[in-house]
Amino acid sequence: MATIPAIEAQGLVKVFGDNRAVDGVDLVVQPGTVYGVLGPNGAGKTTTISMLATLLKPDGGSARVFGHDVAREAATVRSLIGVTGQYASVDETLSATENLVVFGRLLGLSGKQARAKSVELLERFSLTEAAKRPLKKFSGGMRRRLDLAASLIAQPPLIFLDEPTTGLDPRTRAQMWDTIRELVATGSTVLLTTQYLDEADQLADRIAVIDRGRVVAEGTADDLKASVGTASLQLRLADGGDLAVAEARIRNLLGVQPVASAERAWLTVPLQDPERVTDLLVELRDAGIRLAEFGVQKPTLDEVFLAITGHEADRSTAEEAEKEQVPA
Amino acid sequence: MTAVASIAAAQPRNGVTRIVGQSLTMAYRGLLKVRRTPEQLFDVTLQPIIFTVMFAYIFGGAIAGNVQDYLPVLIPGILVQTVVTGSVVTGVQLREDMDKGVFDRFRSLPIARISPLAGALLADTVRYAIATTLTFVVGGIMGYRQVFDHLGWTVAAGLLVIVVAWALSWIFALFGMLARTAGSVQGISFLVLFPLTFLSNAFVQTRTLPEPLKVFAEINPVSHLITAVRTLVNDQQVTGDVWLSLLGAAVVVAVFAPLTVRAYMRRA
Repeated sequence: MATIPAIEAQGLVKVFGDNRAVDGVDLVVQPGTVYGVLGPNGAGKTTTISMLATLLKPDGGSARVFGHDVAREAATVRSLIGVTGQYASVDETLSATENLVVFGRLLGLSGKQARAKSVELLERFSLTEAAKRPLKKFSGGMRRRLDLAASLIAQPPLIFLDEPTTGLDPRTRAQMWDTIRELVATGSTVLLTTQYLDEADQLADRIAVIDRGRVVAEGTADDLKASVGTASLQLRLADGGDLAVAEARIRNLLGVQPVASAERAWLTVPLQDPERVTDLLVELRDAGIRLAEFGVQKPTLDEVFLAITGHEADRSTAEEAEKEQVPA
Repeated sequence: MTAVASIAAAQPRNGVTRIVGQSLTMAYRGLLKVRRTPEQLFDVTLQPIIFTVMFAYIFGGAIAGNVQDYLPVLIPGILVQTVVTGSVVTGVQLREDMDKGVFDRFRSLPIARISPLAGALLADTVRYAIATTLTFVVGGIMGYRQVFDHLGWTVAAGLLVIVVAWALSWIFALFGMLARTAGSVQGISFLVLFPLTFLSNAFVQTRTLPEPLKVFAEINPVSHLITAVRTLVNDQQVTGDVWLSLLGAAVVVAVFAPLTVRAYMRRA
């Protein structure tokens, strides 16, 4: 039999006043996969999820979850989904256990089943020790984990995760990634939104890049990266007068054209093979060119955007560009 | 797809028992919150105690000659004032709740949409019961003998006050739905309730008031409720004021419950 897509959205539109927050989004998500929706703040990611999760009524278009229309069969759709919002959708004043028990009871579990389920989930998310503490004392990562745990009580076949790792430290982020991978391994379908290209790259089978309420690119992570290019090496010279010499040396050695920025004595070198960095640094030293600073920059969401849309993403995401600077 | 189908089938939707169950769970959640933040109960615990003691000793001599004779007038007044004022909290807390992330989860669950509202209204009757019990007990200890002598009548009076307060909480729940912030709910509500509870027979006989105030105090529904409590506890009699209070409560629910539910459904 032909598989029914977990999500099928056609021309979704949501208008807030003059702002077309979502402006004709089409999505098809196959069951058992992770689908990443990538975009900067304000691109319409959360609004899209809210419509798919029956929290907002679409102003145009339609969407089906496992074949059920989100507007006309909202109750059925709600029984098929779990939603983890961008801001922890759990009760601050209650403890972790109390939260899970309340949600479990609401979902029709008996008191005993709900307690058993909460013990199981707290264990799975390493929250057992904190089970009795009120959430006010939880760290951001713990809250997110509890939030996700709450979405899994009914073992919904489709889980929405709205920016599951925004604001988390790298270690907690990695834990969250593992959890999401586990979910998919047990057969769930996950739709997640993110501002980070590497997160979508790590987790998602397919990615939709969304900008100003529209899907501007769709494909696998490899498709997307191919459109962006590779990492680049950033060099700042101690003496700006060396720029021309350095440029020539790099061109001869690597056969690529660096981009120079004269007023800051910066050179940006496209980097296909990380092995060659050593050669390049040795070459520069031999030429007597001293470096003030260097670093490797991976493709950022900004560059994806620039490549795909031809305009820059919002400032807020530019600040989060992953730049690993090492003082020379 | 079989897994999908079985989950959907395992959750029969929204029969009456299910809605009641979900509302009770939401009420349970409300009570858990109260247990975590007991300061939420100050208005129904400390306030009746302080007001009772304070007003009895300040006004007792001046108004009734002595504290003992004032208690049968004062206690029903304080009781109604405290519980009616306490019903404002329903609106404030509902507003706070709806602004929080947890509400998004409730909305995404396959539950009856009315259950968070119903649960909040249900949990608040516990607050009224606490305030009622405390006020009567403090009054009794201070020497309001009728409270303990005719316990059945006291309980009946307490129930009457709780029912009326529950009816009024529909109004404040509506305010909660329409107001922009929790703070403004509180502000608007007290602006209405302060004159309503003080311009009544709660603390003084209405005949001592100047004519316009007297007219207002006598038609004030709060006065009728207070009179009903007084006659129940002091005279062990069911007067017209009891029926009038219940009728008023019924009218309030009949008018405001549909409005509140509609406003709530639009937002929820």
